[in-house]
Amino acid sequence: MRLEAKDIRFRYGGGSGARGGDGRSGWVLDGVSLSVEAGERVGLVGPSGCGKTTLAKILAGYLAPTSGSVLLDGAPLPARGYCPVQMIFQHPELSVNPRWTMRRILTENWTPDAALADALGLEDAWMNRWPAELSGGELQRFCIARVLGPRTRFLLCDEISTMLDAITQAQVWRLLLDVAEQNRLGLLVVTHNPALAARVCTRVVEMG
Amino acid sequence: MHDYSNNHNRHATVPALLVDELSVSFSMYGRGTAKADLDAIRALSLDVMPGELLAVVGASGSGKSVLAHAVMGILPKNARVGGRILYRGEPLTEKRLGALRGTEIAFIPQAVDYLDPLMRVDRQVIGTRGTRAAQEEIFARYRLAPEVGRQYPFQLSGGMARRVLFATAAVGGDVKLVVADEPTPGLGPDLCAKMMNHFRQFADAGAGVLLITHDVDLALGYADRVAVFYAGVTVEIATAAEFASGGAALRHPYSRAFADALPQNAFRPIPGRQPYAGGLGKGCPFFDRCTERRTDCASGDVPMRALRGGKVRCLHAT
Repeated sequence: MRLEAKDIRFRYGGGSGARGGDGRSGWVLDGVSLSVEAGERVGLVGPSGCGKTTLAKILAGYLAPTSGSVLLDGAPLPARGYCPVQMIFQHPELSVNPRWTMRRILTENWTPDAALADALGLEDAWMNRWPAELSGGELQRFCIARVLGPRTRFLLCDEISTMLDAITQAQVWRLLLDVAEQNRLGLLVVTHNPALAARVCTRVVEMG
Repeated sequence: MHDYSNNHNRHATVPALLVDELSVSFSMYGRGTAKADLDAIRALSLDVMPGELLAVVGASGSGKSVLAHAVMGILPKNARVGGRILYRGEPLTEKRLGALRGTEIAFIPQAVDYLDPLMRVDRQVIGTRGTRAAQEEIFARYRLAPEVGRQYPFQLSGGMARRVLFATAAVGGDVKLVVADEPTPGLGPDLCAKMMNHFRQFADAGAGVLLITHDVDLALGYADRVAVFYAGVTVEIATAAEFASGGAALRHPYSRAFADALPQNAFRPIPGRQPYAGGLGKGCPFFDRCTERRTDCASGDVPMRALRGGKVRCLHAT
């Protein structure tokens, strides 16, 4: 299985929006191509504001590119039903529904078994809490668990462990690598940490 | 701009910030109207001297952000606080905080949702005390294009939002204490270095800097000392040099396990997970995961004590 981005161009608002690094024409992505095979773990590195998160959102189908295409085994991403390309976001506090309990967030599309919940350290006592009552690191572990279901084929990991402490980061990545191997997932790993990229990625692509 | 010409006493004996056995609990609703107290932090002790950068590291959920919020006086209403917080030798009362926040005490929050989604970024940076010129100067310093000022937070990348948060703090007055809660995630290595240089400059100009971070290796290059938190407790205070040398010089078994799990070291996690501060009784909070535990660790008080020039909360550390 292969996830491909072909000659992606993208700008926000479709107009003259500015961007941080330089004041260029407003293109966040200007002709980006990338492919990830099942079983591969591709690191994506580049300076802040170069469009890494935007590219991940396009690959997951959350944003439509201005031009270019995203193909999953040669076909467009499914418009309905479960998307086999799932994303774990950089800011967990912004990627959960603040009015849902943690149980509802966790089980939105599958129910992780006890072993997985245990491996990620998801405590039963948290299930009835609201997102605002958990720390960023705790929330992120829910966000990881909810996308590890059997229908997920590709995982886009956008700076997913920057809010975790070193021990939890090592635990979470060991688990993610295990699941990725078992399910032959393809991973795109956005990170600024070269030591982490060296540990988890099979190859690294530079942007920007 | 800050007045870096201020001549401060490097050997000052009054800490910019002293936190002494701080505890915070939240009262939460259980079933129906039944209320229960949830301990978030149990016993945090640290001090930040003028001119010093103290990095705080530790498990997520160990109470690092709660500490920052307690210092800044922005805990939610259901929080109950014990212990002492002194700013330059005097208790930080609500009234005192009101006058100091944004002038002498600068705060950089963790989550980018602290930005007002409905306000243009330049107005947020100028705030109530900054000026247009100061905002433009600070944008240039943090490599934010002038157009960014006219944008709203949702239009910014994660790293740009971080820089805007930093700018909101740095635009204030004569800063004597900086409290930064995870300021660097999402920034590239060059910008991280730049941010850390700014923190170092604050410290070198005489401010105390409390830097809460997960990016240990980054912080070690700039920090003077490191405080390690676990389950709402300060387990160790060490020098940055002791941390940087791979962990063997550290005093507490948790600190050593923490150093060992870094990707540049062994990337080796220890099993188990941090207990709730609330679920803990007496004894060492690390007891169930510690490979060096003895029977007396499980019960009784484990006080903070001086050891080899640092501090540790362990009965058997040598």
